[in-house]
Amino acid sequence: MLKRLNSYDDLITMRQSGDKKIKQDKVKVSICMTGCRALGAQEVYEEFSKQIKKQKLQDKVEVIETGCQGLCARAPVMTIDPPDAPSIFYGRVTVDIVPDVISSTILKGEVIKKLCYAEAGKKIPYMKDIPFYSRQNKIVLRNCGIIDPNSIEQYIERKGYDAFAKALFEFDPERIISEITHSGIRGRGGAGFPTGLKWGFCRKAKGDTKYLICNADEGDPGAFMDRAILEGDPHAVIEGMLIAARAIGSGKGFVYVRAEYPIAVNHLRNAIAQAKKLNLLGNNILGSGFNFDLEIKMGAGAFVCGEETALIASIEGKRGMPRPRPPFPANSGLWSKPTNINNVETLANIPVIIAEGADWYKQLGTKNGAGTKIFALAGKVKNTGLVEVPMGTTLREIVFDIGGGVPGRSGFKAAQMGGPSGGCVPEEHLDLPIDYESVKAVGAIMGSGGLIVMDHDTSMVDISRYFMEFVQEESCGKCVPCRVGTRKMLDILTRITKGDGCRSDIEDLKEMAYVTQTASLCGLGQTAPNPVLSTIRYFINEYEALIK
Amino acid sequence: MEDKPIDLTPVAGIVSAYVHDYESNLIAILQQTQDEYGYLPKSVMKEITKLTDVPLTRIFGVVTFYSQFTLTPRGKHAIKICNGTACHVRGVDEVKEKVKEHLSVTEGETTADFQFTLETVACIGTCFLAPVMMVDDRYFGKLTTDSVTDIVKEYSN
Repeated sequence: MLKRLNSYDDLITMRQSGDKKIKQDKVKVSICMTGCRALGAQEVYEEFSKQIKKQKLQDKVEVIETGCQGLCARAPVMTIDPPDAPSIFYGRVTVDIVPDVISSTILKGEVIKKLCYAEAGKKIPYMKDIPFYSRQNKIVLRNCGIIDPNSIEQYIERKGYDAFAKALFEFDPERIISEITHSGIRGRGGAGFPTGLKWGFCRKAKGDTKYLICNADEGDPGAFMDRAILEGDPHAVIEGMLIAARAIGSGKGFVYVRAEYPIAVNHLRNAIAQAKKLNLLGNNILGSGFNFDLEIKMGAGAFVCGEETALIASIEGKRGMPRPRPPFPANSGLWSKPTNINNVETLANIPVIIAEGADWYKQLGTKNGAGTKIFALAGKVKNTGLVEVPMGTTLREIVFDIGGGVPGRSGFKAAQMGGPSGGCVPEEHLDLPIDYESVKAVGAIMGSGGLIVMDHDTSMVDISRYFMEFVQEESCGKCVPCRVGTRKMLDILTRITKGDGCRSDIEDLKEMAYVTQTASLCGLGQTAPNPVLSTIRYFINEYEALIK
Repeated sequence: MEDKPIDLTPVAGIVSAYVHDYESNLIAILQQTQDEYGYLPKSVMKEITKLTDVPLTRIFGVVTFYSQFTLTPRGKHAIKICNGTACHVRGVDEVKEKVKEHLSVTEGETTADFQFTLETVACIGTCFLAPVMMVDDRYFGKLTTDSVTDIVKEYSN
């Protein structure tokens, strides 16, 4: 039963009573129930619950559903936490294996080798010894895969909403903004704008009604970190929004989420309802006099709605088309009121910064990029999944040390970073420490963090054509440079991939890329030529080979 | 786009939840209406206009902008093939061709018996399963031309 919390003390009391629950002498069995569902996690979870009940082990074992545990390549995955021993990680779990896991691992502490992660022929049973996990630094994904995302109690047990309470009772809005500014965090959605500065603009904007929007319209093909956060730890996003709302002086927030993410919407809806019951959303939150209400708005399938002004138009119930800026949303946004928009991952960082302090946060990462970044590792790589590392980690560490390298004999050719707005980073830059500026310097962008590994069997001209086809389809058609430019570039690229290219094509592509970049209205068009330009920069021989 | 007689009574129930602000909630109204009817028939859109005073031109503008909305009836099962980067690199095109061959339709079309509608989506965020597709709300990953054949057959019965 969720009881209304009327003060900071009530929240602390709730957490402390929770502490007792955690100390109980139980084996915790955590099963990923988000992405892993696609490969039968639901059935495995049900079988575990059934068996535990049948064997009357409820006092010894607790089975919970969690969000993404990261190593998606081994799906369906689970973690077993005995009270006094290290966590055991199992992958490719099936219903048939459940009785064995209970009798051997859970009751006797014996490891089942065939379910363990293997590297270079060696089985590694404990999570702490698996390079995929040991080399990561999970700040944003701190709860993801560990708690039940549908349980606000478990979130609070792990100090959830404590940072918000601190921001609410101990900080004034200016202090929150200065802390966030000082931390050096920049937007994780792609553009990398300093978050503290953005909040400051909105706080200073004139008007009594201000809106806060969480951009969960994760549209870049190949990026799935926002989905994982919303599915695995939705309260972290709500807490980040509460802190942001207090900082800018907003009483009403929206989460704009893709309709393609039904589990995320479901978990978020449940989390909002729980927070309302506990008096963490609504009026007079924790007895402080602060009001903040949160509503979910569903997208309807339009990539351009990730752009701020298009997103605003969509929430207003219109066609999601961007408009020229200024005025910036901070001054005139949703229903012409001052509006602040942050991405999911950015917001999930906020509670940590407030809890641990800006100085602590700053020392993670590089001068140009504080903190960590989550990458969605996919394509031709062994350990596909979600990876969170400090900024400044090299591409080689991500792809080879954590990702386990490229399967097969073909070998690493390039990593595509930043989706349709980004570019390909070739082998010669594998040792580049990744942050906003360094990635830009080599012709890609950090973007939202999609990282697709390509081997020598992948045609770079085809990849370039693929992204152009994507942006051409998603171009809203409002401005000519984007509408026509993407179409023309796609025509040329299609011609080249079919072997009908002509000598002038590469120069024509470059020229059209320049016009589209400089004359388009919004980020979609301005960045659309990036994949073309970066593949021409590093792989011109592939273009020439097709044209000859 | 001529519609057969359609029962319009559910529309009033859907719009009634948004009486405080029809305009801003137009997308939600249309989503729920499409859930109810499976698509957005002309007469239903006219009914929304009648009840909410939101002009039909504006409704039509929104419906044609967002890829989620459809003006034609759909099949019983929606097959969504992911066209994301990881799926592309992992060879989703072959899988897609196989599905098209089995159903004798192309992207955006519905089979003559209204069993299936075939769509492609930009990315469904399960890149580790690439190539991947969804049939209704179920995910199918690591597809091969053989495995899609089995899946399509399973849903055909």
